[in-house]
Amino acid sequence: MNLFADAIAWIFSPDRATGALPLSEAIGTHLAFTAVAVLLAALLAVPAGWVIGHTGRGREFAVALSGAARAVPSFGLVLLLVLLLGVTHKVAASTTAFVLLAVPPILAGAYTGVEAVDRRVVDGARSVGMTPGQVLRKVEVPLGLPLLIGGLRSATLQVVATVTLAGYVGSWGLGFYIVQGIQLRDFSQILGAALVIVVLAVVLDLLFALLERAVVPRGVSARRAEQSDPARRRRRREVATSAT
Amino acid sequence: MTWVLDNLDLIGRLTVEHLRQSALPILLGLLVSVPAGWLAFRFRLTRGLLLTAVGLLYTIPSLALFALLPPLLGISFLSEVNLIIALTVYAVAIMTRFVADALGSVEPSVRQSAVAVGYGPWRRFWQVDLPLAGPVVLAGLRVTAVSTISLATVGILIGIDNLGYLFTNGYQRQIVAEVLAGVVAVVAVALLVDLLLVLVGRLLMPWTRRRAAT
Amino acid sequence: MIEFRSVTKTYPDGTVAVADFDLVVPPHRTTVLVGSSGSGKTTLLRMINRMVEPTSGTIEIDGTSVLDRDPVQLRRSIGYVLQNGGLLPHQRVIDNVTTVLRLTGTPKRAARERALEVLDVVGLDRSLAERYPSQLSGGQQQRVGVARALAADPNILLMDEPFGAVDPIVRAELQTETLRLQQELNKTVVFVTHDVDEAFLLGDQVVILQEGAHVAQIGSPSEIIENPASEFVASFIGVERGTRALHTKRTDRGTVLVDTAGRTQGVLVEGTA
Repeated sequence: MNLFADAIAWIFSPDRATGALPLSEAIGTHLAFTAVAVLLAALLAVPAGWVIGHTGRGREFAVALSGAARAVPSFGLVLLLVLLLGVTHKVAASTTAFVLLAVPPILAGAYTGVEAVDRRVVDGARSVGMTPGQVLRKVEVPLGLPLLIGGLRSATLQVVATVTLAGYVGSWGLGFYIVQGIQLRDFSQILGAALVIVVLAVVLDLLFALLERAVVPRGVSARRAEQSDPARRRRRREVATSAT
Repeated sequence: MTWVLDNLDLIGRLTVEHLRQSALPILLGLLVSVPAGWLAFRFRLTRGLLLTAVGLLYTIPSLALFALLPPLLGISFLSEVNLIIALTVYAVAIMTRFVADALGSVEPSVRQSAVAVGYGPWRRFWQVDLPLAGPVVLAGLRVTAVSTISLATVGILIGIDNLGYLFTNGYQRQIVAEVLAGVVAVVAVALLVDLLLVLVGRLLMPWTRRRAAT
Repeated sequence: MIEFRSVTKTYPDGTVAVADFDLVVPPHRTTVLVGSSGSGKTTLLRMINRMVEPTSGTIEIDGTSVLDRDPVQLRRSIGYVLQNGGLLPHQRVIDNVTTVLRLTGTPKRAARERALEVLDVVGLDRSLAERYPSQLSGGQQQRVGVARALAADPNILLMDEPFGAVDPIVRAELQTETLRLQQELNKTVVFVTHDVDEAFLLGDQVVILQEGAHVAQIGSPSEIIENPASEFVASFIGVERGTRALHTKRTDRGTVLVDTAGRTQGVLVEGTA
């Protein structure tokens, strides 16, 4: 446990406030990259996912995309984009990679959310004379929100992990400490940074878990829905699973 | 393209390495997650504990997990064992949920009728529950296999050579073709293994094959 | 009055759900479409409010083709009750009932007042208004479905196997309620069911459908039972078996009616009802 003590000492050392990359700045850039990438990806993927879920058009494409995306190695994608866009545009290149990685889970969350709404409920909404837009706005989007948040949750974790890997291409984010620590054979730095990353990821995950619960519309008991519908539960699982 | 043609033997060697390093975690993941998933399916208490645990494990970014395992397990940081254990942890984290859901997706009426005709718990699990849960378990195995193969590339950061070598080597030498070849090779290997699993699934679970279109 | 004129519905996969169907649905009466699954009865019902579009032919309501009307406006003017209620699970009972009124721009307070009245009409306690559908029993949910359909006071009420998913006791209760409601409200009701007994109980006009919405017989329940048009109808409504195939038996106390299995089903009372 000495190693953990050293790691914690590393985290709380006064040196972390100074130096080339202060810890607070590393956490800040890590979070900033994550937030910007997830937001940009959401702007692209959420409307697209809603339309796919509502119309059923482009569904095969979306399924194939989120399946194939799992196979794409995120580390390789970051390095590839940095090389392609040029080493002087590392930030833009990395952000592009993060956005690309965040799109599939968000898209899947958005369209499965809409798709998972009980068809009989949608039928009822149409039958009382809701326009397609009203069906989407008043029924499909609110009822599909928990799955969408699930998609955002897994996209966020994916990006947090990939920003860590991007410490290899630039001296930013918490991953840089690990990459640097490997070169310096400084294990307390490696473990210290790893612990901070874990806390960051777990806190973000927890926040999303709370949000996911908060957006379940009243009257729709999440537990009841899950118990009565294994297919829905499975979809949730599939949305929540992508490579880190 | 010339880079790829000049280095086919390197790519081939790395691909074999990559498959070897990925295969063990995928198999171990399946072996561990069947009993773990059953525990998560069967008992309320273990369900909460196990699913929370695998959920937490899954949130840990790979590079951080590489750093956490050595002091916990007393293994070397820059070692293949570290990579394989880390990949196994993720595989178990993914598969356990799938197995629990898969067992939960078996129609209670089918299970009841198996009990009614006199299956004991042990035989029922192997001959009724598990085969019927098969399609969902297979779906989980496919996700696990593809993720593991893609994730294994990160091993290069702790000095383990596999297809990830093409990323860092190509990056340092500024050879776009090399990095691109690495990405394409990983995707190709992952999709091939995925296809293989689908075919194995059809062989093992003939009842899930769709009847020819009418 | 609703009129079907040579209506055909072919699905893209080639299934002919409805072939050259004609029917006049008289106003202020209950017309029941009855048939087994695959008879196209639900398809016919859903073509009235354009939930399904006919491949050819026309459906007219009071002389205007529904195809000339905006589907959304059309649906708002017709009440529709689905088998499962089709209620919005994330909205309270009161909001479910006011849906159509709110869609057509009725002010909130007025819509609410009206919704509470309709809850009275369908026999639901006003205290349930603030509940969510999942907090109600199946029978109560179904009543909310009927209340929602009636809220905007439409002339036409479409009911798609509305009592198919509730248990027999509740079903009987809801059937009686439907009869009472119809006496009070005098709507033009089109009712779909696969249950012959339900059809004969509720229908002023009963349409027996065969595969592809081919009309086997149209008539009042009495006409059909007394004079089935074909072997198919006779067997479908079961005149040769069960509680509809009765013969008389003399006993010391008078004449009783006995079914084919020999069970006594009732007593013959002299005189006409």
